[in-house]
Order: sequence, then C-alpha cells, then structure tokens
Amino acid sequence: MTTNGTIQIGLFVLVLLALVRPLGAFMARVYEGEPLPGLDRVLGPVERLFYRLAGVRPAGETGWRPYAAGLLLFNLLGVLAVYGLQRVQHLLPLNPQGQAAVAPDLSFNTAASFATNTNWQSYSGESSLSYLTQMLGLTVQNFVSAATGMAVLVALTRGLARRSAATIGNFWVDLTRGTLYVLLPLSLVLAVALVSQGVVQTFGAYETVPLVQPAVDADGKPVTEQVIAVGPAASQVAIKQLGTNGGGFFGVNSAHPFENPNPLSNFLQLLSILLIPAALCYTFGRMVKDTRQGWAVLAAMTLIFVPLAVATVAAEQAGNPGVAAVVGVDQAASDLQSGGNTEGKEVRFGVVNSGLWAAATSAASNGSVNAMHDSFTPLGGLVPMWLIQLGEVVFGGVGSGLYGMLVFAVIAVFVAGLMVGRTPEYLGKKIEAFEMKMASLVILVPPAVVLLGAAVAVCTAAGRGAVTNPGPHGFSQVLYWASSAGNNNGSAFAGLGTNNVLYNVAGAVLMLVSRYWLIVPVLAIAGSMAAKKHVPPSPGTLPTHTPLFVGLLVGTVLLVGALTFIPALALGPVVEHLMK
Amino acid sequence: MRAYVRPAIVMFVLLTVLTGVIYPAAVTAVAAVAFPREARGSLIRAEPGGRPLGSALIGQPFSDPKYFWPRPSATAPVAYNASAGSGSNLGPTNPALADAVRARVAALRAADPGNVAPVPVDLVTASASGLDPHVSPAAARFQVDRVARARRRPADEVARLVDRFTEPRTFGVLGEPRVNVLLLNLALDGRGPPAANAAETSSPVGSRWPDVAR
Repeated sequence: MTTNGTIQIGLFVLVLLALVRPLGAFMARVYEGEPLPGLDRVLGPVERLFYRLAGVRPAGETGWRPYAAGLLLFNLLGVLAVYGLQRVQHLLPLNPQGQAAVAPDLSFNTAASFATNTNWQSYSGESSLSYLTQMLGLTVQNFVSAATGMAVLVALTRGLARRSAATIGNFWVDLTRGTLYVLLPLSLVLAVALVSQGVVQTFGAYETVPLVQPAVDADGKPVTEQVIAVGPAASQVAIKQLGTNGGGFFGVNSAHPFENPNPLSNFLQLLSILLIPAALCYTFGRMVKDTRQGWAVLAAMTLIFVPLAVATVAAEQAGNPGVAAVVGVDQAASDLQSGGNTEGKEVRFGVVNSGLWAAATSAASNGSVNAMHDSFTPLGGLVPMWLIQLGEVVFGGVGSGLYGMLVFAVIAVFVAGLMVGRTPEYLGKKIEAFEMKMASLVILVPPAVVLLGAAVAVCTAAGRGAVTNPGPHGFSQVLYWASSAGNNNGSAFAGLGTNNVLYNVAGAVLMLVSRYWLIVPVLAIAGSMAAKKHVPPSPGTLPTHTPLFVGLLVGTVLLVGALTFIPALALGPVVEHLMK
Repeated sequence: MRAYVRPAIVMFVLLTVLTGVIYPAAVTAVAAVAFPREARGSLIRAEPGGRPLGSALIGQPFSDPKYFWPRPSATAPVAYNASAGSGSNLGPTNPALADAVRARVAALRAADPGNVAPVPVDLVTASASGLDPHVSPAAARFQVDRVARARRRPADEVARLVDRFTEPRTFGVLGEPRVNVLLLNLALDGRGPPAANAAETSSPVGSRWPDVAR
C-alpha cells in the first residue's frame, strides 16, 4: 500500500475514535432523559407536543412485549406508506420529471428495504422516483428506521443495567428522542456542509446544457445536449450516511459527483457511516455504568475492521491481472495516478478511498457505495461480502450493530463458561437457557436466510438469468445479493439484474425476516435480563472488559462467520482469485 | 391493541412531517441562500447570468483528438448520460473487460501514433458513475502531445494549461490528484470561465479549485 494510503486510513480511524466519547456521552444523556442544554429549549416543546398529540405518557415505561408491539406496528406503517407513495406518485406534486407509478413488486421491495434500514435499491432514483417519494417516503424511513435500531439497542442496554425490573423503556419516547435530538441535528449540519461542497439540493427540474462536442448514441442518432439530473439530494444523503441506511438519491449512490463531489465530502460521509455505531459503544458503557465495557466492544470492532479495510485497499492497489495483460497499460501507483484496479472507481477517490469506503459500508450495515463492488478484484470484493456475512456486528447498523455484537458477547461468555464449567454471566446477569435460545436465533437466522436465498436464486432459471458476469463471479453476484439483503446491508454487486418479481419479492422477504426476527428476540433478551437479579462478581467471573475478553469476542465473531460462509465464499471469490 | 394504534399513527404522521417535509425544506432554503450555485448543480457560465456551458462536476464525452478525452463511460444509450449514471459492473475476470480495455488502448494509439508511453489505467477503464469529471494527471499528460498537434499549438503551452488545471489532494492528504476534463477543454477553446477570475469566490471554478488561478 502507498504511504498516502496508510495516512488516509490512519487519519480516518483516528478522527472516528476521537468523536466516540463526546457523541457517545451526548447520546447517553438523550436516552437517559437528562437535560440537553441548548437543544431542550428549541426541541423540547416539539417533543412534548408530539407526546400530547399521540396520547403518549412519556414516563410510562413498558415491558418488552408492548415495546416490540409498538415497534412492529410503527414499522408496518412505514412499509405501507412507502409502498403507497410509489404506487401513486404520478398523481402527486413535486414530480417535475413526470415519473410514472412504480410497479408493485419493485414498490414492495423498496418499501421493505427502507423500513428495515437495508436500503437495497433495484431502481435508480433519477429515473424512477419523484422528489416527493424520495423525501416523504425514503428520507422519513432513513430517520425512523435508524431511530428504531437505536431504540432496540437502548432497550437491551437498560435490560442489562437494571435489576429485578419489569420494564425496559417506552418505545415512543426512545423513537422520538433519537430522531429529534440525535439524527435531526447531525443531519442538518451534515446536509448543509455537503451542499457547500457541491451536493445538489433543489426542487427544480433537471438541468439541460449543450455538449461541447456533440456525441452519437447507441442507435447512431446525434446527441447535442446533456440532461443533468438534480433534486433534493443533500438532505437525503446526510441521513443516509448517519443512519447507516445507504440508499442513494441517485442510482450510482455516492459515486455520483452530485452525491459525493470531492475528497472532503467523501471524508465527511465516510466518517458519518461509522460515527453513530462507534459512539453508541460509549453510550452503552455509560448506561451500564462501566464505560470499560463499551470500550472493550469498540476495541473488538476496530480490531476486525482495520485489518480488513487494509486488505481491501491492498487488493485493489495490486490491480487487475486481466487488465495488466493488455499490452501498454500502466497500473502502478505514482504521484500522478492512483493506479491499481480503477474499473468502477472515480478518479477523485482513487483506490484508497474506494477500498476504505467498501470496508466501512459493509462493516456498518450502510450499503452506500462510492465505487462499484462488482468490478473489485476477487479478494477486494470478498472482504466487503464477508464483513456483511459476519452479521453486521463490526460497527454494524445504528443500534442494530451493537445489539448484534452484544448478543455475540453473550455467546462468547457462554462459550467461556462451558470451558470452565460455570454458569456464564454478562454484566452481573446470569445467562440461562432462555437467553441462549434467543441469542441462537439472532446468530442463526441471518446465515440461514442468506444461504437459503442464494440457493433458491441459483436453482431457478429466473435467478440465474439475472447474472451478468460469467464463471464464479456470477455466483458471487448472487451470494452478495443474498448476504446484503439477509443482513440489512443494501450494497450490491450491482450488475445483477434484480428488478424482477423473483428478486424483488425474495429480497423483501430476506430483509424483513432478518430485521424483525432479530429485533424481537433481542427485545426478549432485554426483558428477561431486566427481570434478573444482579450477581456480584466472584473470583470465578470472567471479566468482560479485558483484552482477553476482546480476543474471545473477536474469535467468536470470526469463527461463526468463517464456519458459516467459507464454503460458499470458496465457490465464488476464492475460485475466481485462483483462476486468473 | 388500540393502545398502540393511536400513538403509532400519530407519531408516524408527525415524524413524516418533521423529517420528510420540514427538514428537506429547511435544508433547501439554507442552500438556496448560502450556496445557490452548488445547490443547483455547479453549472459553469462564461459570465454571470449567461447560458450554462456544462456542470463543473459532471463530465462530458469527447473523442476529437483536439480535446482531452475523459474516462470511458458505461452509461446508456450515450456516454456521460447525466440522467442515468451507471458503472459497467464488469467483473474483474470478465473477458469483456479486457476486450474493452484493449479496444480503448488501440483507439488512443490510433489517434496518437507516435506515443508509445504506457497508458494510465484510469484512461481505459470505466468510472463508477459513468459521469466522472476527472482523469488522473498522468492521463492528462499522456494526451498533451496529441492535443497540441491537433491544435497546432506548442506542447509546453498545453502542458502548462494541464498543470494549471491539476488539483492536488485536499489538504495535501485526502483523495487523489486530478484534472477536470471539461474545464480544461473549455479553457483550450478559450471559452470557459476566465482563469483570471477563478480565485474569486463568485466564479464558477474558484471556490472549489483555488489553484486554478495560479
């Protein structure tokens, strides 16, 4: 890797880690209901108005079942609203390009995708959706699906922190406070910063400019003008990154110059992808009154992320042997070019920022891209695919990443407990049969739906018909699709033609199952933990803030991920790498 | 059940209004006042209020030897279709990728027979967006002799222009050095925003590329 590449990766990780404590402490205040100087005065009245109109008593906490019921009903409304908006967008205002109604299967896929914080996109925004659908449908889901994930995490954290308690919080309060005090202010600041760099934000129609040199299209017809898609992009891009949503305003996502115009906008977005998931580790530590616990989890995430990010960049920097075989092409890095595998990458980002982004967007369940993963080298593409398959717990989605990681922590103490023959404990709570059953569901549901989904796709003619690259790479396209949908990531090997009934419906099912069949067991664990008594630590207790435990946690995540997916990966990227 | 229905519906409506109407409208209002040019697509105009010549952020197709060529674009039905951005999504071992690269190298050689230098890889591989406004400085320098010959201008004059339009890494660290092909070609034609004004914040170029003024 180049010196500059090392510096850029190092700088990114340092700035990210420096922001963990201030933002994490702030979010702990938000969810503990403590005063927030400055914000309270502006947003406090709004918050209280919301509760009054909705008939919510903010002090009224519930157990895990009502918490889950409210969450599921609220999310169902989101699916219905996004579906409906797309179906009637041609009748509604703010549609300067006259976009037609979206087909039912695609509307369903997109609705499930945005409600589950996946943001898989079988459509291109600039050619399919009206501005109104993007704002009122997708931007809203970007906020509330993120706030939903954070609410579940906070409920689980309360479950671990409380002793002999019957309640884990109030879903409506957690949803509202997360949106109002965390996501909205951060998005406002980021959106304006992005506009200053060139991200578009307008309700006006697409712009038309003359071509300096007229061109000829595929049918031989002369083309003298360029129609440039614009729209209210910055407001959506900001929350798409901060909420680990990842759904682009434009089809090519953050590779589009209007969505990510320069290295500074790229740095800000890259930071936003991991910012809240990383900071929530500190929030967790604060709320369980032992910040060392949060740092330990963050250390485990960082230890998995950094080497894999370096591996992606190195694989892409090494270049594509197939291109190198063409006489007279220069892939070497120098002061004048990034070199490496530049197919599907933008010059302003080069290999380093494309590889680093790929690792970040797949470690977090973000799924936005600034380069086309389908054109990555076999090993460069394997890394993001595997990071997704690890279950989106290395940073992961906002809230969902950490609650997934905490379930892995439960598994880790269980494994350690088996080794020494003691009842496992985590944060002073005994881990018993019920928690282990629920944790097993959380660990097993995503791999099961991913592997079954990929199997169904490759066993049907329609599934194979979507493949656009020959050989093992074609299988990689399908495996990446199932992994992405089945772990709520949303990035793609985008050559795969997924806008058809099979992929739209199957993808929606994968996304819905892996989101809600994880949320409900996690809330069940929260409820059961809250009810337990606190067991004071004894000499036989495994401390969960030490390097030993960090190693155990990393090992558990990697082993589960490796054992489940190495056979499938061997058929795709590994074979492709060995074939060249 | 009714205990959930009212908060779910009312909260959904309120949060929709707040995050789906008020928030994007507020960002649009701030953008329209503070960054009107950026918010509308960074259009380039020769003089304020004039007809736009293109966007400083969106590439255009060029194939005439007298212009610098941009990166290959995978958009359909025409290259650099800015209402339907797209990458090629060709896999690394797809024979179609190597064939496409081979054909692009051949086209560059045919337009510039004397040039035996190796071709910078970004000049023969399609970008992610299909709209990449930049090429690497190596790819721009590779084309200097061809452009100079086609325009009957001294090569070092064209090379100086390339240097002037070469943007360094942001803060010397972030991203990659690059050359904006459309701005460079407009300058070759003597159209474009006058370079003397480029450092002024109101100019289409200067606010983002202070080094253009050098």
